[in-house]
Amino acid sequence: MDRLLNVVTGLSLVLLVLVLISVRRAHIRVEYSVTWLVATVAILILSRARPILEAVRQWSGLPDTPLTLFLFGSGVFVLMFFRFSVIISHLRDDNIALAQRLAILEFHLRQAGRQESADPNARTHET
Amino acid sequence: MTRPTGPDSLLVIVPAFNEEGAVASVVRSVRQHVPGAPVLVIDDCSVDGTIPAARAAGAEILPMPHHLGLGGCVQAGYKLAYELGYAYVIRVDGDGQHDAADIPRIFERLKTSGCEMVIGSRFLAENGSSVKLWTSRTGMVRWFGIRFFRAVLRPILGRSVHDPTSGFVGVNRRALDVFSRSFPLEYPEIEALVVLQRRAFRFEEVPVAMRPRTTGRSSITALKSLYYIVHVLLGVFVNVLKYDRRFHSSQRESSRKPAPPIGGNAGRNAGRNAGRNAGRGVGG
Repeated sequence: MDRLLNVVTGLSLVLLVLVLISVRRAHIRVEYSVTWLVATVAILILSRARPILEAVRQWSGLPDTPLTLFLFGSGVFVLMFFRFSVIISHLRDDNIALAQRLAILEFHLRQAGRQESADPNARTHET
Repeated sequence: MTRPTGPDSLLVIVPAFNEEGAVASVVRSVRQHVPGAPVLVIDDCSVDGTIPAARAAGAEILPMPHHLGLGGCVQAGYKLAYELGYAYVIRVDGDGQHDAADIPRIFERLKTSGCEMVIGSRFLAENGSSVKLWTSRTGMVRWFGIRFFRAVLRPILGRSVHDPTSGFVGVNRRALDVFSRSFPLEYPEIEALVVLQRRAFRFEEVPVAMRPRTTGRSSITALKSLYYIVHVLLGVFVNVLKYDRRFHSSQRESSRKPAPPIGGNAGRNAGRNAGRNAGRGVGG
């Protein structure tokens, strides 16, 4: 049990350092690193504070402590994946809208260029 | 491509992805059967000679900056048509399976019926009766899929639809307004019907001929068919269940304002404001 908690603590620390380095190097934007940091710190606290983990186990009615830690960690990461799916969906929608807008603007530009080359005096008349 | 002039202006859009072998004949055929209507080929980042082939055949090109998929591609065409002020848009696939000779019939029905969408149906006979799926060169998986979606859509739409997967469709300006803001991105045909139903819009079907694919091959495999069924089913139910707040608030606003004119710049502003809502079909 202690070895398991030590391993979880070690992994949490590695993840925490990795996230902080990634933020520092701007590999992850700060707003997206918050979820990782909260999850990592939560698992770190649970793995070190045995009374809290025991309280969570009793509250959830689970039979043993390692299972509690495992389920808690899994739940946290499932929530994170859900959050990232929402973010990715928004980004994809924005990306498609931008691509469509770019294509339409290029179309209008080509049309305007064609009209201008057909009637070079058009701009002079407009001004 | 000029801006539309009359109240019955028609734009024919042809979404194409690597259709070098078929797109030129599709464009020529459309121009032959609908001489006055401009043809817009929406190229979904093809890696073959689709663009030069379509351009040489006399089409205008709307090239996508990267691959968007069919729904994104078609929606870009709808957005441009709406911004330019076209009253009607008919979509023809770039693989040559749709017969351009049927376009005038779809266009006529769009104008005379006043309904928002007209579907070119493979499974509707001239006398209005159903064509048996077995006799219409439909594969087993597709046969099952079409029967399945007919059954699913019947209670949702309140009526039967013979060919819910047809991509040979015409829409009027009211549908263009809706689709330019919200259109399903993948496998859009069936979900688009539900989107229309949610706005209490009407659709009709006209019988059309479907030709076998002349070049390339269909990307639909058995596994993709299964994915298609699950994806579309989910999209249909999401569209049925969701309450489109943006749409209803814009409806309330538009009921207080006069309708945007055809051929004006109103569509351009609407397209600009589409923002996050654009391209969002299933998620709306």
